Amino acid sequence: MTDNRQNLRSAVRAAITLTLAAAAYEALARSGYFAPALLPTLANVARALFASLADGSMIVHAAFTLYRVLFGFCLAVVVGIPLGILMARFQRVEHFFLPLVSALMPIPSFALVPLFMLWFGIGNLTTVLIVFYAATFPMVFNTWSGVRSVNPLWLRAAGAMGADEQKLFWKVIIPGASPFIITGMRQAFLRAWIAVVGAEMIAASDWGLGWVIFDAKEFLNTDTMLAALIVIGCIGFLFERLVFGSVEKATVQRWGMTRAAKG
Amino acid sequence: MQPIAIRDVTLIYDTPGGKVPGVKNVSIDIDASEFLCIVGPSGCGKSTLLNIIAGFLTPASGEIRIGGKAVTGHGMDRGVVFQDFAQLFPWRTALGNVSFGLEMKGVPKPERDKIAREQLRLVKLEKFTGSFPHHLSGGMQQRVAIARALAYNPSVLLMDEPFAALDALTRDDMQRLLADVWRETRKTVIYVTHNVAEAVYLADRVIVMSPHPGTVKAEMKIDLPRPRDPLSVEFVECQKELLRHLGHDVNASDTAKPANGKSNSQGG
Repeated sequence: MTDNRQNLRSAVRAAITLTLAAAAYEALARSGYFAPALLPTLANVARALFASLADGSMIVHAAFTLYRVLFGFCLAVVVGIPLGILMARFQRVEHFFLPLVSALMPIPSFALVPLFMLWFGIGNLTTVLIVFYAATFPMVFNTWSGVRSVNPLWLRAAGAMGADEQKLFWKVIIPGASPFIITGMRQAFLRAWIAVVGAEMIAASDWGLGWVIFDAKEFLNTDTMLAALIVIGCIGFLFERLVFGSVEKATVQRWGMTRAAKG
Repeated sequence: MQPIAIRDVTLIYDTPGGKVPGVKNVSIDIDASEFLCIVGPSGCGKSTLLNIIAGFLTPASGEIRIGGKAVTGHGMDRGVVFQDFAQLFPWRTALGNVSFGLEMKGVPKPERDKIAREQLRLVKLEKFTGSFPHHLSGGMQQRVAIARALAYNPSVLLMDEPFAALDALTRDDMQRLLADVWRETRKTVIYVTHNVAEAVYLADRVIVMSPHPGTVKAEMKIDLPRPRDPLSVEFVECQKELLRHLGHDVNASDTAKPANGKSNSQGG
């Protein structure tokens, strides 16, 4: 019960913040300081948003973006978790990959878009690969840290109870590293979500939320641009809160391995 | 339920400051179903010896036989309980923790749940089968750890100061419970502690170790009838004798101290 009340309270607090921000924007838009075409009122943005949702175009754009981001993200998880574990378990693998990871991680994925475009053309392949690039490193890095921080006592206890390497891996190392792995997935998704919009601006044609924004610029459709931004924000927020938040609640928080912040 | 023979076991630690002997030429024979306590001050190598018996450390020389079979690495003939509460898997319930060893053995789920439930009843935690470790108190977590070590039915139970991190009242309860569990299961137990009263309460025989290097210094049979009364005259006499065994060392290494029994602590 207290849980529900807390949820309601935090929702109310979030609503207050958002309403204030919206009011400030609306005041700025109506002040006449900027041309209405550059700073459309919220009513106009809402109209553009509902129109694009009603004719289905925004939904198709969002679907394309989601498809690319999830494809790239899943690839990153499938590659990143095993690589991170191998790096933490075998020094040779670590010695080989760590410099590579350290060197490639700081390169913004957006900076690679033109290059990838030349290599892979315009379309899904390039955007998925950019997402994959952006999401893999946080995945590798966090998994690597997580496996190294697995309590050695768990390994000892499991060994004493007859766990072989394979059982140790699935039954102790993976769950033991799960707080880090889940954090890695969160970070990976956020980076992927940022990367996909950037990649779509340049390297996508006709579909995708990033493309919508870039295309609307040509026609000075600021209301459409803002509508797309709202959709981008909402989807990112939903994934962060609903998907990863509930995964965390159902696993590491339930096991007492991480705690919700107090107060 | 299996006798243990420890023969001339020596282990040397490689530290940055050079080679330091952890234990040196330790030989102990333990009968089947005997409850043996190893006491000694910090650094006397008692935990090191236990880790060698558990198979976590390999001795430089000497050998250990359990039921006539030489020990190489860890095996399911031994159950281990550590001091740290964090030894339990936080992602598994009490039942899941206790059934882990059986799962590794390939026991089918209904059966291992049944056995795990029985083990939890043995340590009086049958109401907490579905609880995760972080919802249990320290004493309860250690009881789960004992049940977990017993569940796959090893013949030997190795315990490394399992109650040292508990408060005094809980510790008394736990000692009573462990004595009951031992009476029921008749495991061969090797129990490391630095608590003299605990050793006298639990052990059939106490081995006293002294540090630098870790060697067996004395041994003492405790013939008090069970269940033991920690307030009885005989019990206190036993404690005094054990303290003398421990204290002798303090006086030998520090002659400036008066040689009366009062200056003897519990030895760390």
